[in-house]
Amino acid sequence: MYSQGLIGSDSSTDETVEFLAAFQARIDAEEKIEPNDAMPEGYRRTLIRQIGQHAHSEIIGMQPEGNWITRAPSLRRKAALLAKVQDEGGHGLYLYSAAETLGVSREDLTDQLLDGRAKYSSIFNYPTLSWADIGTVGWLVDGAAIMNQIPLCRCSFGPYARAMIRVCKEESFHQRQGYEILLTLCKGSAAQKEMAQESLNRWWWPVLMMFGPSDGESVHSDQNTKWGIKRFSNDALRQKFIDATIPQAKVLGIEVPDPDLKWDDSLNDGRGGYVHGPIDWDEFWRVVKGHGAMNRDRIRNYKKTVDDGAWVREAAMAHAEKRAARKLAMAAE
Amino acid sequence: MSKNIPLWEVFIRPRNGLAHKHCGSLHAADEVMALQAARDTYTRRGEGQSIWVVPSAAISASDPDQAAENFDPSIDKVYRHPTFYEIPDEVGHM
Repeated sequence: MYSQGLIGSDSSTDETVEFLAAFQARIDAEEKIEPNDAMPEGYRRTLIRQIGQHAHSEIIGMQPEGNWITRAPSLRRKAALLAKVQDEGGHGLYLYSAAETLGVSREDLTDQLLDGRAKYSSIFNYPTLSWADIGTVGWLVDGAAIMNQIPLCRCSFGPYARAMIRVCKEESFHQRQGYEILLTLCKGSAAQKEMAQESLNRWWWPVLMMFGPSDGESVHSDQNTKWGIKRFSNDALRQKFIDATIPQAKVLGIEVPDPDLKWDDSLNDGRGGYVHGPIDWDEFWRVVKGHGAMNRDRIRNYKKTVDDGAWVREAAMAHAEKRAARKLAMAAE
Repeated sequence: MSKNIPLWEVFIRPRNGLAHKHCGSLHAADEVMALQAARDTYTRRGEGQSIWVVPSAAISASDPDQAAENFDPSIDKVYRHPTFYEIPDEVGHM
């Protein structure tokens, strides 16, 4: 579903000046880098970290929505939600595979997530308390993810870009199903509309934080932009998202909880855009560092899933070995 | 005893950024010769920047007789498509 502005990556390199210049020339010529190509260690490390983080976000992101599958209000909603959560699992797999082309193993990536060395998007550390949250997550969380992922389809690393194209294609139904849930609630009873508004109140600011810290404070933006991993700044993507979202909120008839929000004709090179109030970055860092409402639950649940599934993986391997041995024995006869 | 020369499936990447795509197969004694033969057979006119060869025996394929039970179930899951959801025109592209 989502990759966040990188948290704590080390993109230092110690290759020769000539090597780095030749690599940069390829990037500047918009050439794609493929797994067997020579690449700076920092580029490889940064990508492993970013793609891994992105994959973890997809997998952990299954939990907040999975929370409502059994309580979806109709068969239609349940089928859609099941299909969406299933997609997120698939997106995680595409991304893990892309990371594996860089020489890291799936097991390593999972260990990094479980022991806290690797992060995932801060947004999944917020709880889904009401059915309206499923609408809001689809509309806003997936909406923000799409905003962020579309430029990643042109990322300089081939396998990541190809995974993103596939993800974006599948993602388009996610946002629409979420918006449809909210539209139905907003056209319903006063209590239902209130549920939608209350949900928007809780999610709006955390969703804006998904784009990562402001450009002045983001340490890795410059190098990642040079390497063609990042195409737009965090602030530029956030602005695009807000400008696209406010009119959609108006159609729903609910309001974002920002008293400072106003239209400014001078933004976006004179095309105009919305100015927003201050974002609470202390909250963002608190959540990133493990102190959000759901951090412990998310990792505990995932660890339980990995542990509970261990016997299935072991049984599958044992079965495959048995079948291979049988085949060998039959060939010998 | 004569041994058959194994069959290899050839995948070519036309240029960086695109995926390797299956383009055909050939016989070769080992992977080194398979790569050379693939280069000579399938990239004579600048078709490729990269080649993969995979032993044909290593490919497991789905059974065509099971195509219906494999793939038909996805046909009635229209809710996996964006157009299933009704979004008012005034919202614009989503």
